[in-house]
Amino acid sequence: MRPDLEIIQKWIEPKSRVLDLGCGDGALLTLLKKNKRVDSIGLEIDAANIQHCIKNGVNVIEQNLDKGLSNFETDSFDTVVLTQTLQALSSPDKLIEEMLRIGKRGIVTFPNFGNWRSRIYLASKGRMPISKFMPYQWYNTPNIHFCTVKDFDELCANKKIKVLTRMVVDAKHKRNLGIGILPNLLGETAIYHLTRKKKRN
Amino acid sequence: MNDSLTKNSVGIVKPEKLHFNNSLELKSGRVLPAFDLIFETYGELNASKSNAILVCHALSGDHHAAGFHSSEDKKAGWWDACIGPGKAIDTNVFFVVCPNNLGGCAGSTGPAVINPETGNFFGPDFPVVTVSDWVNSQAMLADKLRISKWAAVIGGSLGGMQVLRWAISYPERLHSAICIAAAPKLSAQNIAFNEVARQSITNDPDFCDGRYLEKGTYPKRGLTLARMVGHITYLSDNAMRAKFGKTVSDFEKEGDNFGRDLRDGKLSFGFNVDFEVESYLHYQGERFSKNFDANTYLLMTKALDYFDPSSDFNGDLSKAFSVSNCKFLLVSFSTDWRFPPERSREIVNALLKTRKEVSYLEIEADQGHDAFLMPIPRYTSALKSYLYRLQDEIENNAP
Repeated sequence: MRPDLEIIQKWIEPKSRVLDLGCGDGALLTLLKKNKRVDSIGLEIDAANIQHCIKNGVNVIEQNLDKGLSNFETDSFDTVVLTQTLQALSSPDKLIEEMLRIGKRGIVTFPNFGNWRSRIYLASKGRMPISKFMPYQWYNTPNIHFCTVKDFDELCANKKIKVLTRMVVDAKHKRNLGIGILPNLLGETAIYHLTRKKKRN
Repeated sequence: MNDSLTKNSVGIVKPEKLHFNNSLELKSGRVLPAFDLIFETYGELNASKSNAILVCHALSGDHHAAGFHSSEDKKAGWWDACIGPGKAIDTNVFFVVCPNNLGGCAGSTGPAVINPETGNFFGPDFPVVTVSDWVNSQAMLADKLRISKWAAVIGGSLGGMQVLRWAISYPERLHSAICIAAAPKLSAQNIAFNEVARQSITNDPDFCDGRYLEKGTYPKRGLTLARMVGHITYLSDNAMRAKFGKTVSDFEKEGDNFGRDLRDGKLSFGFNVDFEVESYLHYQGERFSKNFDANTYLLMTKALDYFDPSSDFNGDLSKAFSVSNCKFLLVSFSTDWRFPPERSREIVNALLKTRKEVSYLEIEADQGHDAFLMPIPRYTSALKSYLYRLQDEIENNAP
């Protein structure tokens, strides 16, 4: 099992309603259906992924996240999940707001661009970092909005979003003492559990 | 029928007919005291009767959805691309039922059959039937076949509307609703096209106020014209360009000629048929007029115009679906401008609002509205996988 999915699973209440934005082949929702008996919908645009979802019995709707989520009602889900997709969105800030309008809680995971590898790559080579996890050139990458853990913390503060839990982990999705002290430098993947600070009127 | 066509085919099929003595009260308030439904079935009903699929036909369809009627039959049923052994609707797994709707002209009670009360053709006296009426009659057919719950009810276009009505009117009688290339109700543009079709039929002098069969004639010109207009709305601009843009003419020497193939290689400078597309529409329309009943055409277009399940709920479609208890699969096609993807998304959003289990696919396809009849790989594999998965779920959850 993907280690980030294991972490996310712990934050999902049994029999709750889950919306997975960019659900891929439906791996997370299949897991949650089996282990938590959730009522779920996934959004996806890749045809092969959608076919996988159908095959796996995952409810999937072909919908482009960049065109917004206005078709989803306020407070219609318990949790809205966005894994490893934030950096590929045209307006990640607006989508985070939408996630917390539609869901009571949100879970966001993204690759931490503040990681020391990216920093050293840029500092020493003077070029946009390319790695096993980010194998694209700057001109053809789908990842158009990279951010660091610090950047995301600031976005949450500005948007009055409460961070329930923040896990920053290494490539194997493990935590260690170093990451605990210097998450933005040593962490490779950030996993956030979010909610709204204030109740809407 | 030839060997290549019979591969993965249900083969030669024989329609069945059932008579219903129980009266059917129609939405209009009128009552059909008795009626016949003609239908075809493919595959075998299993012992637990849990593998039955109802296929609903569209405007000009009928009960002959797959296979051939004889060994000389050249043309397979209207959805043969998707129904058969190993196909999207796999007849090795499922028992498929496809009836001809009431008011149709392929054997079920309709304007072109004799009214037992008068001894004459029903003609224009046949009552206006709605999608609800069809679904009610299909439920009566299900009763006779002892099918208490369909694994799936499937249909495209007007057939998809019947699927939606099933999910609303008989929530306990289907596991899944598969609605393809449909809309929750017609738009003004859709109704406008239907009205042009109706006017061309009723204004044909041979229409004789709908009593043409008594007079031994039929409104050939009107029905041809109606079909020509309809046919245009089933195709996309691109599909027409591709179909009628095969030759390089004197005028466009290079590449695409925008579908402007000439029939005789030159312009006539008269009001005759110059372009291939014109001749194609004439041919299609005329062929249709010989095989279809004009009164049925009028009825079918009215059933389309009147369809609006939200009307009982102050226009709130999600409320109409609130009673539904099945899973939904919706499919639309990118170049369908008759019922474009937005219309399917309206249905999806209403279902989301009332928290139903729903999946939705928007298939890239060049064929316009007609795409729903075609074996487009992404579409057929999704349909097939969905149905296999569904059957697994039904078998495993069976009490």
